[in-house]
Amino acid sequence: MNESTGPRRVRESAPWPLVVLGIIGVALFVVPLLGLATRTPWGDLTELITSDVVADALRLSLVTSLLATAISLVLGVPLAWLLARVEFPGRNVVRAVVTLPMVLPPVVGGAALLFAFGRRGLVGEPLNEATGLLLPFSIWGAVLANTFVAMPFLVITVEGALSGLDPHFERAAATLGASRLTVFRRVTLPMIAPSLVAGAVLTWARALGEFGATVTFAGNLQGRTQTLPLAVFVALESNRDAAVAISLVLVAVSLTVLIGLRDRWWART
Amino acid sequence: MKRFATVMAGVVLVATPACSGTTADDKSAVLVFAASSMTDAFAEIEVAFENAHPGTDVQINIAGSSSLREQILGGAPADVFVSADESNMGTLVIEGEVAGQPRPLVVNGLQLAVPAGNPAGVSSLGDLASSDLLVGLCAEQVPCGFLARGVLARAGVEPSPDTNEPDVRALLTKIGAGELDVGMVYRTDVISAGDLVEGIDIPDEYNLSTIYPIAQLEGAPNPAGAALFIEFVLSEAGRVILDGHGFGLP
Repeated sequence: MNESTGPRRVRESAPWPLVVLGIIGVALFVVPLLGLATRTPWGDLTELITSDVVADALRLSLVTSLLATAISLVLGVPLAWLLARVEFPGRNVVRAVVTLPMVLPPVVGGAALLFAFGRRGLVGEPLNEATGLLLPFSIWGAVLANTFVAMPFLVITVEGALSGLDPHFERAAATLGASRLTVFRRVTLPMIAPSLVAGAVLTWARALGEFGATVTFAGNLQGRTQTLPLAVFVALESNRDAAVAISLVLVAVSLTVLIGLRDRWWART
Repeated sequence: MKRFATVMAGVVLVATPACSGTTADDKSAVLVFAASSMTDAFAEIEVAFENAHPGTDVQINIAGSSSLREQILGGAPADVFVSADESNMGTLVIEGEVAGQPRPLVVNGLQLAVPAGNPAGVSSLGDLASSDLLVGLCAEQVPCGFLARGVLARAGVEPSPDTNEPDVRALLTKIGAGELDVGMVYRTDVISAGDLVEGIDIPDEYNLSTIYPIAQLEGAPNPAGAALFIEFVLSEAGRVILDGHGFGLP
């Protein structure tokens, strides 16, 4: 492509097969939203979404998804760095295991969590005996389920950014006497900041929509473990209006954050 | 929301023949829509019916009764419907989807279910009010949860559930894994869980039961096959299988 073909020129001459397929692609996402909108009981909407079931679920969804994102950042960034920078035996196996929750049906993940961290579980039983702590049926169970399913999005995003980083800056800092940890903190992290934010947003969005692992591991109790997706699911066949209203809240919250962050951060990446 | 249901049913309509490799013209196929709690019993009935009528092919679509109702209302090509309650069947009768009258097939009741060995020492309905125990119920939006709350109300027990599971099998799994101390499920579920779960009877004065009706559908692509299948299920041979899975005579 020569110099004269700037972005404007490319747009004007976009080949029609790409445009047609692109429009079909967009329709795939827009049409279901329209379907939801046409079934929305607009008249009763305020009443439906201010009910205590929705308020509790919204609060729980925000708390659990944000906590899961925070835990993912604390554990996921170091993990991504190790995967990107340190050659150790079995690295590919570790990478596969870490990304497994992305392809695993969440219900399977939830069952695995139950057998590991449940009251009779591998880790859960000694943990319960030593501390009395019980993860299933508690808000911490919901946070753990969210983290299990969502953290891989952070790890692969950050690992990708670290692998694509120009190593010269880090080497220069190290040459100037900075310790490895200082280099990581002062040079590496600022350079991957946009990817870090993008990864955190993806992680948060995945955690917000989490259903299968949460219901399987943490159960479903209003105010304790019933997040928005669970509230939608139990309402769907008995009170459709409520289910649609809750879905709309979920769509609105997610879109607001995604659009807001996209303007602020993603344009730079 | 009706349009949503129609679209969903359309998906089922398209997907079902594609998966099974049969069409509505295939007169040997009988498509049966049955409630989830019938999973094990109908798997056995399918085999017995096909042995009794060589050349026929029974296909069973299992889901919650209310989902099945929506699929049928949306035009799914089902021949026979078995609902776990009378209200979902009643809706189909009102909508003119049922050929003739539904016939009562079985009756099912609730039981307290505890993990094998009953580690928490549960003995009665009153234990469901204990905040020291991990208590699970079905969500009140599904029939087993609705029924359970009716039983508790009759017994004057205010439950303190730690979870309201979206379906009875999910509840059963958590009890079987020992993660809950007690829950309320169908008698037949306790039997299907085998050694993992023990059942404790609920006194008759409080217990509620649900009748499962069976019916041939108005739009059945294979009405003769549907009639033959219903006849078989209600016969002595079908009765024996249903008994074996703990279903009572209506």
